[in-house]
Amino acid sequence: MKAWDAIVIGGGHNGLVNACYLQRAGLDVLVVEKNDWVGGAATSRELTPGFLYSNCSYVCSLFRPEIMRDLELPRFGLQVISYEGGAVFTRDGDYLANYRDHDAHRREFARFSKRDAEAYDRYSRDVTRQCRFIQPLLMRTAPDPTSFRLRDLGELIYLGKKFAGLSAEEMALTLRFWTMSISDFLDEYFETDVIKANFALSGIIGTALGPMSPGTAYVLLHHYMGEVDGSVGAWGYARGGMGAVTRALAASFKASGGTIRTGAEVDHVLIRNGKAKGVVLAGGEEIHGKLVISNADVKRTFLKLVEEKELPDIFLRRVRNFKIRGSSGKVNIALDSLPEFHALPKDSPVYRADMHFTDSIERMERAYDDWKAGRWSADPFLDMMIPTTLDPTMAPPGKHFMSCFVQYAPPKIDGRDWTDADRDGFAESVVSQIAQYSPGFRDRIVHMEVRTPREIEAEVGLTEGNIFQGELTFDQLLFNRPVPGYAQYRSPVGGLYMCGSSTHPGGGVMGAPGRNAAAEILRDLAKPSLHMSPAHDVI
Amino acid sequence: MNRHAKINSARTADQSHFRTLRLGTPFQPRIDALGLKQDWYNWAGYRAPHSLWDEELEYFAIRSQAALFDISPMTKYRIEGPDAEAYLDRVTLRDVTRLKPGRVHYTAWCDDEGFVLDDGTLFRLSPTRFRLCSQERHLPWLLDSAIGYKVSVEEETEAVAGLALQGPTSFAILRDAGFAGVERLKVFDLAEFAHEGGTVTISRTGFTGDLGYELFVPADKALSLWDRLMAAGELRGIRAIGYTALNRARLEAGLIVANADFTTAEHAIRADRLRMPDEIGLGFMIDPDKGHFNGRRAILEARAKKKLRHVLVGLEIEGNIPAEHAIVYYRKSQEIGLVSAAMWSPMAKRNIALASLRRPYGETIVDDLWVEIYAMRELQYQKLMKKAKVVPRPFIKLDRRTANPPADF
Repeated sequence: MKAWDAIVIGGGHNGLVNACYLQRAGLDVLVVEKNDWVGGAATSRELTPGFLYSNCSYVCSLFRPEIMRDLELPRFGLQVISYEGGAVFTRDGDYLANYRDHDAHRREFARFSKRDAEAYDRYSRDVTRQCRFIQPLLMRTAPDPTSFRLRDLGELIYLGKKFAGLSAEEMALTLRFWTMSISDFLDEYFETDVIKANFALSGIIGTALGPMSPGTAYVLLHHYMGEVDGSVGAWGYARGGMGAVTRALAASFKASGGTIRTGAEVDHVLIRNGKAKGVVLAGGEEIHGKLVISNADVKRTFLKLVEEKELPDIFLRRVRNFKIRGSSGKVNIALDSLPEFHALPKDSPVYRADMHFTDSIERMERAYDDWKAGRWSADPFLDMMIPTTLDPTMAPPGKHFMSCFVQYAPPKIDGRDWTDADRDGFAESVVSQIAQYSPGFRDRIVHMEVRTPREIEAEVGLTEGNIFQGELTFDQLLFNRPVPGYAQYRSPVGGLYMCGSSTHPGGGVMGAPGRNAAAEILRDLAKPSLHMSPAHDVI
Repeated sequence: MNRHAKINSARTADQSHFRTLRLGTPFQPRIDALGLKQDWYNWAGYRAPHSLWDEELEYFAIRSQAALFDISPMTKYRIEGPDAEAYLDRVTLRDVTRLKPGRVHYTAWCDDEGFVLDDGTLFRLSPTRFRLCSQERHLPWLLDSAIGYKVSVEEETEAVAGLALQGPTSFAILRDAGFAGVERLKVFDLAEFAHEGGTVTISRTGFTGDLGYELFVPADKALSLWDRLMAAGELRGIRAIGYTALNRARLEAGLIVANADFTTAEHAIRADRLRMPDEIGLGFMIDPDKGHFNGRRAILEARAKKKLRHVLVGLEIEGNIPAEHAIVYYRKSQEIGLVSAAMWSPMAKRNIALASLRRPYGETIVDDLWVEIYAMRELQYQKLMKKAKVVPRPFIKLDRRTANPPADF
């Protein structure tokens, strides 16, 4: 029976990135994916004729350009289009927009507060300084401070030097950034509710924390670290939806000789004498491999796919305690015409941007209160956009696809599982919020896909539907992600690796965990990683 | 939407700004009519001219006739109250208690670490009222610093239009335009004059090192002021000019520009780009005896412990090829700094430059300095290594700038 050089469990973007690098390094790699399509949470599916949804993740910025280049993703069809800023609608019938032009941005803020308008430069400087500190760490394996191996010491020194390179003021800011709430952080710069709400949303997306919870300032940084073709901090749409990212990865993988098996759900990892030897599919079929790499999150991998007896107690306990709480849902809507918004002039670029309705941090925090009580938010926070204003491939001419990321949605309702009636109630909270700002919105709806944490976990396999495969709080970052002592993509089981967003540097469609894991695997095999570019310089 | 009925109408009326990314100033109709080159740049969100019809002739209008330059996009703050003097003395470097009403001074202000936030001009319009003009925007800094002072700080950039009238015939033009008493203004004096039922504030100030004046007027009186000056100046060669010409004149005058010759503290991403006043030639503003001011402790400590790392100098470079953004070397090999502005000076007939050097170069070591000029000529760099000499600024000194009464050209 054939033994593959490596079997990757899960065809999400990180699994595919990992598989591509290994295949290009000369390994014979098989990707097994439980769904009949690849993509994980970066997928585009046609659920109603003529409309393509970005079913889960919906925007692109964090995906590392080095990986796009190494894996020739443009050649395989990937194109990312920057979109035009964003807006928060206010309850008094106005809106606050983020324009790409620096001076328009300032003038827009000045409509609400001249002071805050002029505070943006300092805010932007401080955030940029912090991003420049963290960005080079994304494409490096985090050092293990407990090992005394030369490489770990070297990496620790690198980290220390980078930290020492900061001024005293910046060091203080760094520590504050890693521990503060986004609300407290923004209070140091701005005074206007809607302006703070505008920035705070990046601090809570995908996180089971409220804007007043410590640790959310870092989550904001995480969302500022991306770029669209060198335009730092910009966000864009993948043409054809986020599935275009994984379609290009799958095509690149196959072109280099890799094999993908869809409809192949792994039941467990085959382990003999403490070493991974392959996987056993749900139907009982055994597939043998010299290495097994799991793209699934750390809980799914070690609590479902590996038998407890194979793992040390402390490791198991830490995996169980790893925070990977469901906090968000998704509503994808097919519309038969472009919605209008009372507040928004028809020629506003905001139609081609992300839109929000939560105009104060207090409202965000109240939405989080509902989550704590085990309910979906009655007044949810939406990150809403209409990608078809820039991408004609996702809906027929004149019709539109609207993507609504919705927060908060708890993994369980009052301690019990979600029901279909709950799901419908959740969807209604979203539609009614939009309809308050957009006349006739309901009449435009052709079809909706509603995804609570229940659907996301069942389909994509993300535990509790957590989009980051584990929260991005500082206790779960760098050498503590996912578990101290196992932050370098290896596990207690020989030959079993992790490459998902549960590992450093975390979630978002970034690809860095998949790439960094490939680098570690190739190092263990003593194979050169010729096809892997070093991280771009940050100068 | 009924429950959202309370709409702030003034705020919503301003929504439409997104349709005009570059605003016109109050003078725009006149400038557009003269802007034959359509050569615009973005000055703080305004559509400002690089040049209107001929860079060279615009420059010579400054030096030989009179040049009219629209300074409306400059950031302006109105600072008023019984504590305004004490407040500004605390915020800015120079001694504001010595700035009498009716006077202007060039000053700068620093953060608590002593790094320069900006430089600008402070106009004392009355014992309790000031106008601060600057390149960058500082409202949060100014408001936060005002806590505990009886003072109000208001941004008034859009409400107040500004013009610089510079050049040898500028005085005669103002006099002929009917601004009686303008001959009494000495350098850095200001006074108010009647215009169209309102007032125009005229100061004998400018950014050219030449005889010249700056005029501030409410935005709705801007066009009539422009027309008044243009009519009076017709026979004395008055010309509207763009920034390229002004930038040459300011370099001859040895004046620095924020975020061109140094990086302001609120914009510096890289910590080593921050500059103390002594590092950009503004040490003369510091008055250790005047009492506390922002950055005082850090600045005095840096002086005492010799922690100042940079120095901004004027250079005279052999030859006539401008050394724009050239690297400065010691003994042709050791990199010691960078040229931030350079030109052939028609007035000085010398090749001049401003450069930031790493101390002790430019401070105690001033010999054997060189600049490497990369002159692009028909798609090839002509690399020149030219000797540079540290010289005092300004590069030109014109008696007519300070002559009293000003000469009638």
